[in-house]
Amino acid sequence: MQAVKNLQSVQMRPRKPAFRRAWLSWIGIVSVIALWQIVVWLRVYPEFIIPPPISVVERFWEALADGTLWLHTSTTVSQMLAGLLFGVVSAVILGTLIGKSRALEALLSPLIVAVQSTPVVAYAPLLVIWFGSGPTSKIVTSALIVFFPMLLNTMIGIRSVPVMMHDLMRSLHATRWQTFRMVEVPYALPVLLGGLKVSATLAVIGAVVGEFVMADAGLGRLINQARFSFDTPLVLVAVITLAAIARFMYGMISVLERRLLFWQRRQ
Amino acid sequence: MSAEIAARNLTVSYQAVDGRGLHALGPINFTIQPGEFVSFVGPSGSGKSTLIRVVAGLVNPTEGGVWLDETPVTAPSPRVALMFQEANLLPWRTVTDNIALPLELAGVAKKERTAAALALLPRLGLDCPTSYPAELSGGMAQRVALGRVLIQKPDVLLLDEPFGALDALTRERLSQDLIHMWEHDRQTVMMVTHDIHEAVMLSDRIIVLSRRPGQVIADIRVSIPRPRAQEDAYSTAFGDIALLVRSAIERA
Ligand SMILES: Nc1ncnc2c1ncn2[C@@H]1O[C@H](COP(=O)(O)OP(=O)(O)OP(=O)(O)O)[C@@H](O)[C@H]1O
Ligand SMILES: [Mg+2]
Repeated sequence: MQAVKNLQSVQMRPRKPAFRRAWLSWIGIVSVIALWQIVVWLRVYPEFIIPPPISVVERFWEALADGTLWLHTSTTVSQMLAGLLFGVVSAVILGTLIGKSRALEALLSPLIVAVQSTPVVAYAPLLVIWFGSGPTSKIVTSALIVFFPMLLNTMIGIRSVPVMMHDLMRSLHATRWQTFRMVEVPYALPVLLGGLKVSATLAVIGAVVGEFVMADAGLGRLINQARFSFDTPLVLVAVITLAAIARFMYGMISVLERRLLFWQRRQ
Repeated sequence: MSAEIAARNLTVSYQAVDGRGLHALGPINFTIQPGEFVSFVGPSGSGKSTLIRVVAGLVNPTEGGVWLDETPVTAPSPRVALMFQEANLLPWRTVTDNIALPLELAGVAKKERTAAALALLPRLGLDCPTSYPAELSGGMAQRVALGRVLIQKPDVLLLDEPFGALDALTRERLSQDLIHMWEHDRQTVMMVTHDIHEAVMLSDRIIVLSRRPGQVIADIRVSIPRPRAQEDAYSTAFGDIALLVRSAIERA
């Protein structure tokens, strides 16, 4: 009942025309760039601290042409995707089990809380020591950072099924598998996808933090490298690329959400 | 088809949060004849929902039990269908797919179960086979829930405040439709309600439960001939029975 009420409130919220919202978000980006340009003109800071936008664009083309940007971006993206995959799959499996068993929750929750409340930067060096400077340590960092929000959301999602729904399925002689597939998973889906949105952006952070510690390639390493050679435009190129990746992932999952949760917004 | 329901020495205690037993119901005894429409009324917490859940096979009695045609109820039976105050529809399924759910769970092929669901729609007064629950009014959602009950072709209908969340007018219309279907199929019905008028209008018998632990304090026969019309509500017989039920509840 509560869920249905939520759905209705989502439906009834008046919507701004889509094109107007798109315009507004562009205005935000353009004004930041304009402000940046003004700061450069006013010479508040020397150019190696705040380079003009145009030199960042030039550096972007340069890095793109000589292949460095592609090398580092593809490294980070593949590590991030692998981390996301492992993190999400294992969290969803464990979260489902914990969601269905209070005993398992009591057993594991102190451990989970302890690891979750430790910042990534604190355990990232340890992971590099254990798994080496190659991709594995970044995938593990990424998977770990994704794991906890996803685990929590899976548990909440699985438990969001109303008691009456379970009664109904039992009275209809549904098997456990039928109940899981036809009721629990779809009920969990909105929360699960919300978790996935957060996780996708976190996965980028995980991979980059790992690269910061030590790496052969990746945007995190590129930032470090450029920073030590005072190549500030290249630092900015890498940072903006990272932001774009995170935004792209977020967008992809939003699309997935609209597809899978069609029943929430139907008029 | 219909079935006889008998409760004998039925008692239910729950395990309360603090670990102590909570005596919710009984001991109660009653027999409902095949095809009889019986309403249960009583104060909140008198164990009406508990009773329904025992007959549905969802709760095990602490003592005594319930028999369906002299077979003890120990698990949900395919002969029994259940409807609650909330429609409990699956929001991602269309009206048709929600109605067809029991058949799907039983392994009936897609084509057959959809046909069965579509065939029910006119009787239910629904004309929106492809709508989703978020698009339905409360009354329509409850009609879909009723469809999901009827598609099981049950011998026993267990209705726990089925119209409790609806406005007076919708409620009246839905209960009229229910009674028409019942006059056609003659299942055995156990309905919980808080509405005395509704109980008298629909039932053959009204059983009044006391406050917790619920026990039978009155068993009132409604001998108003069927089919009944809304105007019957203004007859003396109707008024007398309603008064009888009311005073029993006040004693509860
Ligand atoms: N699962 C449960 N665990 C513990 N106690 C319960 C449980 N279900 C019901 N009870 C208790 O049993 C008593 C009877 O509850 P029940 O829901 O059967 O009453 P009811 O007559 O349906 O009430 P209402 O008219 O408010 O729906 C109440 O005191 C309730 O708190
Ligand atoms: Mg109740």
